Order: sequence, then C-alpha cells, then structure tokens
Amino acid sequence: MASEVNTDFLQDKKLDSIAADILRPVGITQGFVVWMGFLGISLMGCIYAYSIQWDKGLIVTGLRDYTSWGMYIANFVFFVATSLVGMLISSILGLIGFKWVKPIARIAEIIAVAFAAVAGLVIIIDMGHPERLGNVFLYGRIQSPIVWDVTVVITYLTISILLYFLPLIPDLAISKGRMNHTPKWLQNLYEVMSVKWQHTPEQYRLLMKAIRILLILIIPTAFAIHTVTSWLFAVTLRPGWDSTIFGPYFLTGAFVAGSAAVVIVMYFVRSNYKLDKYLTNHHFDMMGKLLVLVSIVYLYFNINEYLVPAYKMKTAEAIHLHDLFVGEYAVMFWSVQLLGLVLPIILLLFSFFRKPFSMLIISIVVLVAAWFKRFLIVVPTQDHPFLPKQYVPQAWMVYQPTVIETAITVGTLLLVLIIITILVKFFPVIPIWEMAEEQHELDHKSQK
Amino acid sequence: MSQNSKDASPDHGNLEHGSTNSRRDFFKNFGLFGAVAAAGGAAIYSGYNYEETKPGANFVRVLTADNRIIEVPKEGFKDIKVDLNQLQKQGREGLKGHRFVMVIDLAKCRNARKCITACQGAHHLRPHEYHINTLVMQESEHTAPYFMPKPCQHCDNPPCVAVCPVDATFKRQDGIVLIDNERCIGCRFCIAACPYSARLFHWEEPLMAEADKGTPYNVELNVPQRKGTISKCLFSSDRLREGKLPYCVSACPNGVYYFGDENQDSVTNGTTKETFRLSELLKVNAGYQLMPELGTKPRVYYLPAKNRLFEFKDDKDPVKSI
Ligand code: SF4
Ligand code: SF4
Repeated sequence: MASEVNTDFLQDKKLDSIAADILRPVGITQGFVVWMGFLGISLMGCIYAYSIQWDKGLIVTGLRDYTSWGMYIANFVFFVATSLVGMLISSILGLIGFKWVKPIARIAEIIAVAFAAVAGLVIIIDMGHPERLGNVFLYGRIQSPIVWDVTVVITYLTISILLYFLPLIPDLAISKGRMNHTPKWLQNLYEVMSVKWQHTPEQYRLLMKAIRILLILIIPTAFAIHTVTSWLFAVTLRPGWDSTIFGPYFLTGAFVAGSAAVVIVMYFVRSNYKLDKYLTNHHFDMMGKLLVLVSIVYLYFNINEYLVPAYKMKTAEAIHLHDLFVGEYAVMFWSVQLLGLVLPIILLLFSFFRKPFSMLIISIVVLVAAWFKRFLIVVPTQDHPFLPKQYVPQAWMVYQPTVIETAITVGTLLLVLIIITILVKFFPVIPIWEMAEEQHELDHKSQK
Repeated sequence: MSQNSKDASPDHGNLEHGSTNSRRDFFKNFGLFGAVAAAGGAAIYSGYNYEETKPGANFVRVLTADNRIIEVPKEGFKDIKVDLNQLQKQGREGLKGHRFVMVIDLAKCRNARKCITACQGAHHLRPHEYHINTLVMQESEHTAPYFMPKPCQHCDNPPCVAVCPVDATFKRQDGIVLIDNERCIGCRFCIAACPYSARLFHWEEPLMAEADKGTPYNVELNVPQRKGTISKCLFSSDRLREGKLPYCVSACPNGVYYFGDENQDSVTNGTTKETFRLSELLKVNAGYQLMPELGTKPRVYYLPAKNRLFEFKDDKDPVKSI
C-alpha cells in the first residue's frame, strides 16, 4: 500500500460512477428485512436454548467429566481460525503488494471482526460460571494459556475493528452526499462516523500511516491468537494434543477456513449487489489459487500430525489414531480429510473450477469440513484418558451433543451472519476511494 | 468443655509418630488460627473447644498464639463464628511444616468401595461423582488384573494448577492441591490438563445444594459444592487440620491406605493404626508412582499388587454398575 495518496482521484468523474455502484445496495431493502427477520427469529430460539443452560447448568449439554470440552470449544477454535483471514489478506498479501486484494480486503476484515467478536462469546457460553469472567482480570495467572488467549483475542478484535473502520472513513465522507435513497438515521450515522473527514492529503498521509502500523501489528497478534488457541490443547499431556506442531498446524488450517469464508461472502456480495465489475472472475481465480496454496500447506501439516505418531504407534496414541482412522470417528475423519482438503486441492488446480459458482460450492464444503475438523481435534482425544473410565453412567462414556447444545452453537453462527449482514448492508463493502484511486492511476498511465 | 486435654488431642499420635515437637506446633497452629479469629482480644475459639475449665471457677484456660496457657473469665467469652474469609485464608495457607503423602497397598484392595462412600458422604457427592474411585486395572493381556483406588495424586508439579486462569486450584505448602469453588470460573481447563482424570465438574445442581444453603464455604472440605465449578479429592484437609486421618483412609476395612507426613518420614495405616517409616515401606515393597514419566511428581505412592491372599473377583461390572 503506497503511503502517498494522490487525492486527484476525488476530482475524477469515475469516482461518481464507482460510488454509485457500490452505494446502490446500501440501505434497507425488502430482501434484507426478510433475511434479518429470519436470522433474528432463529436467534431468539437459540437464546432460549441458552437460557435453559443458564438455568440448569451444563448438564443440558452432552459434556461430562471425561469429554468436558466439546462442541463449544470446537466452535471457538473454528471461529478464531476463520477470523485470521483478515490478517492474511489485508496484511500479508496487502503489504507484499498484491493489488488484487484491494476490493476483497474489507470483506476479509468484516469476517475477521464478526468471527473474532463472537469467538469471545462462544468461550463465555462454555463456562460453568460466565458471571465470574471478571475473575480472569482480577486473579489472572500469567502461567495460564487462557489468560494469554483472552488478552490476544481482545487485542486482535480491537486491531481488526480499527482495520475495518479506518479505511472506511474516507468512504463514509465520500458517501455522505450520495445517500439520498437511504434512511435518515443512516445518513446521520455516516456523518458522525466520518469524523469530519476533509480529504486533505495530510489526512490521507496520516491515515495511511496508521493503517500501515496496524497492518504490521496485526501479524504477530494473529499468529499469537491462534498459536495460543492451539496451546490450550498442546500444553496438556493428552495423546492427540501433546504435539509440538500444533501452532503452525492450527495457523495454516485457519487460513484454509478463512479463505473459504471470504469466497462465500464474496460470491453473495457479487451476485446480490451486482458488483461483478469489482469482484471479477479474476478475483475468484486468485482466491482459488490462494485456497490451493494454503490447503497444500495445511495438508503437509496434517500428514506430519498423523503419520509420525501412526508410524510409532505408542499405546495411547495408537488408541486415539485407531479411533480416527477406522474406529468411531472414521467416517467423519475421512470425509473431512478427503472432501474438505484433498479433493478441493485437486479440483482447484484446474482453472475450470476456479470460477465463481464452483468456487462457492467448494468453499462451502471446505468451510463445513473445517468445522468438523475442529471437532475431531477437540473431542476424540478426551475419549481416551490414560486411566480407564469406569463406574460411571453411560452418558459419561460417550459424548453425544444435545439439541440444546447444538441450538446454542447454531445461535453463535447466526450471530456471525447477523454481524456480517449488517456490516455488508449498511456500509460500502468495497473500498470506494481505493477503487477510484486505482482507476485514476490506471487512466493516467494509459493517457501518458 | 469437660473434656480433658488428653482426649482433646485428636488422634494425632497416629499421624505424628508421637513427636512432641510437632504436637506443640500443631497446637500453635490452633492458637494462631484462634488469635486471628479473635481479633480484638476476645477468647480463642479453638481453645474454648479444647481446654477444660477449672471446676467451680468461672475461668477457662486457653492456649494463646505464642504457646502460653492463660485463663480468661468465662463472661468475656465470645463464640466466634468461623466465617468465609477465615476459612479461605487458612485453606490457602495450609498446615505449616507438613508434607502429606498417601501410600496405597494394591495387594490388599478388594474393591470394597468403602473409601468411596465415606468420601462421597463427607463431600456431599452423588454415587457417580468421585474424588476417589477404584479402577479395575490390567497392565497387559497376560498380567493379572487388580483393583486400584485412584484419588487425586496431589502432584508436586500439578498440570491442573499451571493451567488454571484464576488461581482457583492451587498448591499449598503442605503439598495438598485444593480447589476454591468461590473463584472457579468453570472453564474446565484443569480437567483437560489432569492426566489422572482426578477432577469432577458439577454439571448440575450438586446433590445437597438445598441443604447446604447458608453454610459458609469451607475450601478444605469443598462444601457446599457448587454447580458449574470443579471438585476433587482434597486429601481431607479439613480432617488433617483436626489431626485426623482422611475419610477414605479411616473407612477402608482392608488396610489398603497409609497416610502421613513426608517430613516426618512416617505413615499410619488407616485400618490397623500402625505407623511405619515411609521410606522403609516404599523400599521394602517396591513402591511406585502412577505415570511418573509425565513429570507430574505425584504425592501418592502405590505398593504393587503382589502376593494377594484372595481371588481377583470382579463381580461389579465397572462400566454398567451405575
Ligand atoms: S492428579 Fe490431577 S488434579 Fe490431582 S494434582 Fe495431579 S493434575 Fe491436579
Ligand atoms: S475449571 Fe475452575 S479450577 Fe479448573 S482451570 Fe478453570 S477456573 Fe481453574
């Protein structure tokens, strides 16, 4: 990202058409009302499910003393994982200088904000005493990875919100005069949120500087958040978790899930908002290549994670792996590995499959598989503690997620969708000024 | 009140191997505890319980924190209710000068499960909620099966304590690992971290939640138990404070348990009340620890299940018995 912004683009006529394109879908439409109504009503049901859990305790879940972390924690890992894509796209690819990420960057940040925000909530849902959350700050012990996790999740969320909001400011200022089709309160909101932006070169210089600092800061933060999340497992002595590569294993897995999520949102933004001009086939093609790349790296870590212990077959590891390869979890395991990782890699190597619609389908499969992958990381390990499980009721022996638990988990997904929908619908989803600037530069060059 | 001081000295001798020195220490602890509770110079609660009155006189003898015996007029007596702060403070401090250990003789265990019921009774637990559980073990296909009581190992390098985000589970100076359910946030990280599956979580309202309402929480007994928090074996630290042996140890009919103090190198059998040298007992019987390769440094030792004088009868199905 260049630190000097040539503000000439503001005089360019192209700005008007770009702004018009991107702002057209902004505001309340019938489709939006129906969709939000659906999400809202479903969410009510899930909140009701949580109220039951609040009242009766975690007994309403399938969790018991042996498998005491289940769907919620798997979901938490999944959310943290998916949110990392914000860092991958805006920071790593952006800073390296890939121009094609510009129209996608904001979508990636929206995903980062939505998933990171709800991830915090998911962990609270899993707690036996959510009202004691403050104890973590009052009595926090520096040795505990949970304290590290809380710290980095909050930091990551804060930086992600800033990275979403700062580049939005010039857009809000540009949009102010062009929002006649939207409700008054939204216009007022733009007025407030654009913080008296005047488009002076000095303002742009400062903005770019701030963004650049944040883009650099978010890289270690993002690495930390997911590495620490992996350490919640890796610091224990349990076979299946007791691994030294969990950090990079989680991190690379995160990029797979996140890239898939970006493609899905891109697809719907493009088709619903008619933004084909900005989210072109080329962008999907590039995202496809990115997905292949991160998937291959992830596959490499998977091979390491499973093959090395499988070669040695230490007693406890052997029981765990047996469960995954041919036992109770075999169907889930192989579906996740083959459909969610190997097949997408093969397909996406062909440009034929890197078209928007097939990308959408592949990404949905990848994302669903990514969720189950987290489940496979969290749950089966606890099924086989070192000492036998004896003299306990049947429910203690096997983990069977309940309806309430599932409903609550679905609720958190709905919440993510709600946040994404609001951000996508009420604010320009593609950076107007960056598009205009790029266009201006292009035109300028060709004139010369 | 009419007890004489000899009776009042709890069966500490068993535990202490008759060491007068530590006995004095022991009373000193009581004195200290009393002195704190009686801030303001009132009489000392524990002394009140343990000391006799002079017949006919309105004076009571009490032991002070600095080990003096003084007389206090009875009218000046105020019964101090042991409150939460006091219990929390003493619970976190532990019993100074001790390093508690347990030795479990597997050769004698017949899976009577009396230890378990005694423990569950004391800690208000349901039949499937274990601080201690007896497991049916078999090392490999051709080795003999045996019963293994498994309490919390009170590890000296406890993974559960390391991971707890709020210091709700902690290690005391006397070696005991406790859980403070007033502080526990219910994240269950400690369950994930404990390799001995020694912890339980209150998924639902605890068994005696209603009945225990209003009782001040005693961290050394972990009663009242609380929904949404952890519970675990406490080495009966409430009993140790009174100089008694743990609930499970006293309840075993088969002489499986020895309990004592590493600092004094002595352990007492809970059934026979015989006292042994810890180091000797472990040496002679080839004592060992559970999964020492994990580096947790357990404070519970096992004596191998050799020369058993009875048939191994696993008449209780370990999986379906509940
Ligand atoms: S046995 Fe488990 S609960 Fe007990 S101290 Fe060791 S790690 Fe902690
Ligand atoms: S469940 Fe309670 S005791 Fe266990 S780690 Fe969490 S806060 Fe600590």
